[in-house]
Amino acid sequence: MVDKSTKPASAPPQAATETVLQAVNLTKRYGAAVAVDNLNLTLTRGEVFGMLGPNGAGKTTTILMLLGLTEPTAGAVRVLGFDPARDPLAVKARVGYLPDSVGFYDELSARENLSYIARLNGLAYATAQQRIRTAIDRMGLSEVIDRPVGTFSRGMRQRLGVAELLLKEPEIIIMDEPTLGLDPEAAQGFLKLIRELKHEGITILLSSHLLHQVQAVCDRVGLFSHGRMVISGAVAELAQRILGGGYRIVIEASGDHRAIQTALLALPGVKKIEAAERDHFVIVADRDLRADAAAAVVGAGGSLIGLDVEAPSLDEIYATYFKEATNGAIA
Amino acid sequence: MAQSLELSSQPAPSDAPARGRKGSPWTGLWAVVGKEMADHLSSVRMQILEVLILLTAVGAVYAVMQNVRQTVSQDPFIFLRLFTTARDPFPAFVGFLSFLVPLIAIAISFDAINGEFSRRTMSRVLAQPIYRDALLLGKFLAGLFTLSLVLTAIWLLIMGMGILGLGLPPNGEEVARSLIFLVATIFYGGIWLALGMVFSTVFRQPATAALAGLSVWLFFTIFWGMVTSLLARTLSPVTYGLPEEILRQLQTEQAISRLSPNTLYVEATLGILNPAVRSFGILLPSQLEGAVMGAPLPLAQSALLMWPQLTGLIAATILLFALAYVLFQRQEIRA
Repeated sequence: MVDKSTKPASAPPQAATETVLQAVNLTKRYGAAVAVDNLNLTLTRGEVFGMLGPNGAGKTTTILMLLGLTEPTAGAVRVLGFDPARDPLAVKARVGYLPDSVGFYDELSARENLSYIARLNGLAYATAQQRIRTAIDRMGLSEVIDRPVGTFSRGMRQRLGVAELLLKEPEIIIMDEPTLGLDPEAAQGFLKLIRELKHEGITILLSSHLLHQVQAVCDRVGLFSHGRMVISGAVAELAQRILGGGYRIVIEASGDHRAIQTALLALPGVKKIEAAERDHFVIVADRDLRADAAAAVVGAGGSLIGLDVEAPSLDEIYATYFKEATNGAIA
Repeated sequence: MAQSLELSSQPAPSDAPARGRKGSPWTGLWAVVGKEMADHLSSVRMQILEVLILLTAVGAVYAVMQNVRQTVSQDPFIFLRLFTTARDPFPAFVGFLSFLVPLIAIAISFDAINGEFSRRTMSRVLAQPIYRDALLLGKFLAGLFTLSLVLTAIWLLIMGMGILGLGLPPNGEEVARSLIFLVATIFYGGIWLALGMVFSTVFRQPATAALAGLSVWLFFTIFWGMVTSLLARTLSPVTYGLPEEILRQLQTEQAISRLSPNTLYVEATLGILNPAVRSFGILLPSQLEGAVMGAPLPLAQSALLMWPQLTGLIAATILLFALAYVLFQRQEIRA
């Protein structure tokens, strides 16, 4: 199943276009309540996709349906060519899942916990022991491999959770709120790890409501609200669509105020000038126009004092989208 | 929805096969059994109960020894006496078992399912390539095997002490009878094990599940007798004092009391361990015609006598497990 229909802007950097996960009109109802409403989602090999949204937006339910842990009310899912509702074992053998607030058997050691998972995966003893060793070493837990997990910190548990994922050498990893509750340093380490896994060709689907972290690692993101994925695409692309141009460039320049303003506005790619006080200009552009802006200021006879760019932030996109959505601007 | 990039014309995956799951539901079963048995056998709560039951066995055997040494030569079923004889202040070993076994079974199973939820391991384990069936059955089998292991060890211990104390080996029939007794005891435990699993599926708090299991046990141990006679008096009242009426009331009472696993177990053990028992409940003089009082029944006849009770115990175990299974399959696993 090769996906040719995705727009180029949303393709991952590697330009690999093999579809590994596809959900079509996926719906889950609990009685009258709709948890997931007509979700369409396609992941290509090697990309990192972030599911964003407030708690209760349907992210976890979506994940459970993708894994075959919950039956969809309607719609279809294909994961690596398998249907999770009919062939969950094939899916679960190839997909690693890290639940939010991952739990272990506290009285067992890290090695014993992983051994159990290896046996559930049907790995032979020798293979299992070797993979456990490798995974534990990689996660930096070799010092504590024989200590009961009850003594582990939250960050260590999280890393043990990833070690467990590595055991089955997955093609897809799904993480539910992976950085929640980690201290900033551990969270950074975790994001670095996600990038490493991506470079190994593993497709990663993660859900989060910590937007700036998602922005740092995701190729594409989807915003979830009330069971629907209301918008999706690469961050820059979303910025383009929602914010009408993503880059805010702040310029400090002295000289002929009016001339500088005209010169800046004349630059191709500039959408508008947000603020133009005495020596302070803020322009909104669809790309990073710092060099052009500097040239324009100098060309208008001004002298450049300061130049800064604010890349589009997901927080802003998110806030703007939901503000406009409630105002009826985007229906 | 208009903003979604993926709304472009994706073909719906249509080659989904007809209903039915692929792969064996028992994949990973033995991994679960192994892990759970290791947990049970090393857990402190099991060790406490094992010590308790061991002390009981030693106490009961010692008390019986004092009693039966003199009659060794006359009694053909001396080894069975080790299980059934009560001597002040010790009740018979079967009596001990009838309330210790439920306790062990409930202690093993009350946190089987909800414990996985409260440790937040459930979704992680079920994300492995196994079905829920394997998890539930694995936990149940692990409990049953643990129980069998403990009970078999104690059975061997009693037989061993018997051989040492009495100075003669058990005969074949004694071994056969006490083995059937062992099987009945294991399935009596199986009922409480399955009940514990039902409660551990229904209640999210392990403490609630344990209390619910213990209340059912207490209800059947203490209150069921009262409920039985009350119900029998209401359902089959004795109005004129006719023998038929009295008989019918007694029969009703017996039928109701057999709804309790305790009654089934006590009758089953009585039937198989005491060869002289030829009927449970009331015996009419007409049924005793030509019988030699106190003469032992052959093994096959005793087995026939307690067969309904034994199958009742097994059937109740299976039914309760099936209930737990249905409840667990329908449960949402998000936690």
